[in-house]
Amino acid sequence: MNTIKQNLPSPDALFPYLGAVLLILGGSYFFPQILGVDYLAQQLQIAAFLGVLALGATVVILLGHIDLSVPWVLAGAAIISTSLVGSGNPALAAAAIPAALLFGVLVGIVNGVGVAILRIPSMVWTLAVNSMLLGVAVLNTGGFNPKGEASPAMTLLATGDLAGIPVAFVVWMAVTGAMALLLKRSGFGRYLSAIGYNEKATFLSGVSTPSVIFAAFAIAGLCSALGGVMLAGYANQAYQSMGDPFLLPTIAAVVIGGTSILGGRGSLIGTVGGVLFITLLTSILSVMQITDAWRNIIFGLIIIVMLLLQTLRRKSQ
Amino acid sequence: MSRSEHPIARLRGVSKIYGTTQALSDVDFSCFGGEIHAVLGENGAGKSTLMKLLAGVIQPTSGDIEVNNAVTRLTSPADAMVRGLVCMFQELSLVPDLSVRENLMLGAVGTGLGRLNASVVRSAQDILAQIDGGAIGMKTRVADLSLAERQQVEIAKALTRNPKLLILDEATSALNASVVEKVFRLIRAERDRGVGVLFISHRFHEIESLADRISIFRNGAHVETFDNGAYDYSAIISKMVGQRIDDLFPPKPPANPDAEEVLRVDGFSWTDKLRDISIVLRKGQITGLGGLDGQGQGSVLQGLFGLLKGTEGRCVVGGIPVTITHPKQAKNPKLGIALVPEDRKTEGLILQQSIARNLELAALGTDGIDASDVTIYQPFLDALELKCRSLDQPVGELSGGNQQKVALTKWLALGPRCMLLADPTRGIDVKTKTQIYALLRRLADSGVAILLVSTDYEELIHLCDEAHIFYQGRIVRHLTGNDVTAEAIIAASLNIPLPAQTSEAANG
Amino acid sequence: MGNLLRSNQREAIAILVLAVLLTLYLASHPSGPNTYVITIWANQCLILALAAIAQFFAVIVRGIDLSVGAVMALTNCVASYFVIGSGLDMALGIAAVLAVGVACGLFNGAVVVFGRIQPIVATLATASLFVGLALLLRPTPGGRIDYDLADAFTLDVFGIPTALIIAAAVIVLFWVPLRRTGLGLGLYAVGSSEQAAFQSGMPVPVIRLVSFAMGGLFAGLAGLYFSFVTTTGDAGIGPNYTLNSIAAVVLGGVALRGGVGTLTGAMAGAFILKTIGSLMFFSGLPPLAQPFIEGLILAGAIAIGGAGVLRVRNRLEVFGK
Repeated sequence: MNTIKQNLPSPDALFPYLGAVLLILGGSYFFPQILGVDYLAQQLQIAAFLGVLALGATVVILLGHIDLSVPWVLAGAAIISTSLVGSGNPALAAAAIPAALLFGVLVGIVNGVGVAILRIPSMVWTLAVNSMLLGVAVLNTGGFNPKGEASPAMTLLATGDLAGIPVAFVVWMAVTGAMALLLKRSGFGRYLSAIGYNEKATFLSGVSTPSVIFAAFAIAGLCSALGGVMLAGYANQAYQSMGDPFLLPTIAAVVIGGTSILGGRGSLIGTVGGVLFITLLTSILSVMQITDAWRNIIFGLIIIVMLLLQTLRRKSQ
Repeated sequence: MSRSEHPIARLRGVSKIYGTTQALSDVDFSCFGGEIHAVLGENGAGKSTLMKLLAGVIQPTSGDIEVNNAVTRLTSPADAMVRGLVCMFQELSLVPDLSVRENLMLGAVGTGLGRLNASVVRSAQDILAQIDGGAIGMKTRVADLSLAERQQVEIAKALTRNPKLLILDEATSALNASVVEKVFRLIRAERDRGVGVLFISHRFHEIESLADRISIFRNGAHVETFDNGAYDYSAIISKMVGQRIDDLFPPKPPANPDAEEVLRVDGFSWTDKLRDISIVLRKGQITGLGGLDGQGQGSVLQGLFGLLKGTEGRCVVGGIPVTITHPKQAKNPKLGIALVPEDRKTEGLILQQSIARNLELAALGTDGIDASDVTIYQPFLDALELKCRSLDQPVGELSGGNQQKVALTKWLALGPRCMLLADPTRGIDVKTKTQIYALLRRLADSGVAILLVSTDYEELIHLCDEAHIFYQGRIVRHLTGNDVTAEAIIAASLNIPLPAQTSEAANG
Repeated sequence: MGNLLRSNQREAIAILVLAVLLTLYLASHPSGPNTYVITIWANQCLILALAAIAQFFAVIVRGIDLSVGAVMALTNCVASYFVIGSGLDMALGIAAVLAVGVACGLFNGAVVVFGRIQPIVATLATASLFVGLALLLRPTPGGRIDYDLADAFTLDVFGIPTALIIAAAVIVLFWVPLRRTGLGLGLYAVGSSEQAAFQSGMPVPVIRLVSFAMGGLFAGLAGLYFSFVTTTGDAGIGPNYTLNSIAAVVLGGVALRGGVGTLTGAMAGAFILKTIGSLMFFSGLPPLAQPFIEGLILAGAIAIGGAGVLRVRNRLEVFGK
């Protein structure tokens, strides 16, 4: 049968993997413990938190939008799940994870309505949604870290280990696989790219573009919430502004993975590489025991260099 | 008419290569002052590349450009403009969010990044007044102008740049005949002042009436340059195409006014743009919508495709009354309506994506169709003779004509009952036109009802079985059979009674 | 006049809203409208307004600058070393602060223009770099700004807050003249349609670079003014100002897709945003509800701005050009 050639992952998506390998090799020259199984397994576990968030971000960025509500969807999901567990009521505790994920989906749909129906730039609308969520959280918790704790299931998700492989990593890979399947098998992935490149032409091709946008933001909300649940499991608590440090690295990971911030072009596989790269970079910089200042400087410079390499490669084609 | 002794600009052995595509190969070409020089060629023949080289937008891969007998590197449009090479681009060079006035001042001679000079605005207003554009408000945002008005502003802007060589790339494609005539008067006056004019158009009759000399390009090579009148129409066409084309239009079978109804609208109205439109589309018939640009023809297509909110009137598809509110509903096989929009670059296609991806976008998610199976598109691509390296090539790399073939084919695979086409041959070369005409007739013969908006009355006469002529949002005349004549169409377009001799009076 | 109002509709609305909010604020302030209250208010507003101008120069050429806050932090830290001592020292110090701002802007511009990296991504990376540099200078908050100089810029002149005079000066002495040059027009042209600007003979890369440099200059000014208000250096002030500067330009009618909006509008947006915050503080609402109400007002204002699309009669129009 004569089907259309499936696109192989673009070289852009392979860049971060190459970078990650170089980081490990270069780092191990100074710190031999980096090559140890324990260290690497720990990196995979830590990468999983960022990784789950970045999957959601990829879907939204492919669409040509951005989701700045990640921090407080994450924190909100963490607060909801830990409070339900902390309530002591077994029924409520059992509902902790589903409730948190549902919360993420609902916020995602609110994001989608602003973007697809009211046509507000996603950067602004999701920022406003984020600050409203912050407000709700402050109102409910009184500005203190909410009481509560993680359920055993949440702890397992975050810190468990399956024949030496961190459960968090397994979860991350499972979500990646499910999402890759969704993008490939249904038209969803095609629609995302098409809208990212040209929403008007996609609409005129008879595609219900608002539904696609709702779905994309709902998926992103779900991913942020899952990230929140896992982080709460990791820390065995929720705390204010636990999501703030994740927003920019998430976007950086997606972009380093070869996804265009303008939408249309990109891949999940690249994002996974980008997450590994960012996680290793952050980790090695902290192993090096240098000051915060230099960590920031080196982080910034390496991101710029990675992006410049992408540009150079495309130019040389 | 006196042609200058030395060429204003001259290309020597110029080649331009994009990636693997040779856009121009070893071209020698001169343009002189005091002469209107038309450049003819199919899409992809290299005309636009030639213009862009002379305008400083791109630089040659090899070869030299001479301006006033000195080898010159034109590094940017600003650089070319300083040397008197002023181009009016086919892709409009007006900034949509700025006002007309600001656009005229942008990049005006001697301004650069420094203080703005308002004097160009006055001279541009004079020019606009001469080409029926006097009513265009200087404070209007360009985005709010019609395509025709934008072209008028564009012409005025180019003329205020003191051109020595004025390059017009499809400068009049959206203008109606009477405005075109006024623009030509202006261009002839420039020529008589010693300005060289390089003119690209697909409308052959325009070139015939305007050009002093004609150059033919084919496949990136300069074929021949000759004086206007040296060859007749068919000889020129065969030089352009490299083979003979006998007839532009396919033979028209006898109209069948009693054929089965596919779609009917009664008393269709929308805001103040459409008033009481009634049209019947029948199986196997090509129905044309004519009139001046922007009289509501396009809105009818949009309304039938579910793009307009708050429409009134009745719409019946296949005998069943329907309200169409979304393109997704329109394309559903139950209705089977397809729209090929006017602007293929921003509405019809996703330029960055491959041909294959574009083809499957409309069919994706439709029951009973495997959108990723290219064999369902292949017969149509073959019929239209799509030229491409492979179906994985980005659509943006194709010539305009080939892009339009993709935009058509993506809908044909759905097997629509009713095709809505918005000026599908605008800015497209002769050979592609004949291919599209032939395909449309074949589709009609196979039972599809076709609704065609066209600003080219040749199409209404020779391709369509009947035509509705629009004026200010209403259908002012319904022409059928032998009544579809140029005179009748023109008179109706201006909403004046036949005979057509009164058209002068109506203009005044 | 009617025409003028229509073409500046967004700014007109923004300024009207600001007037209402300010009246409410002054009415609700416990100590009533007096110079002191207005001065404090104006100072806070001006910091954000300068940051919003920095953001404006990125947005107008179809970019987003995520490093506005970082440049403010860096210049604030630089100022905490150099804006002290003799008159000449301070003059040179201020020049150094602004030079750092311009340098940061140029660096952003160079990465965007020559590195062909999208502004939002480029500035995400450079922000980390600038914050790192700021942390090198001030690992912990500290340093001092000359108090007399700081007072001169943050108090009032004959009862008019200096901050408002500075704001007016920026508009009259900088923006109005800029708007009458090819550069000013070029900013809009590049943001609205880069191709059209290029084909009209505008030097697009130069305009982009200059725009980012001006953005850097104003981020530097914001950092400097922040220094006058706090008289100390702190590398951690960035993140809030970056996001607020984006919210401010949007509230002020600047379109994120580039090419639409004015510097005056961006400033008005900043003043509105700050005034809402201050109003909240004295409104008698429970303090815990304030962040929520603030977010709600912001979201509501933006949503109302967006509700116009619901009235659109042609479904294609919502997709813009």
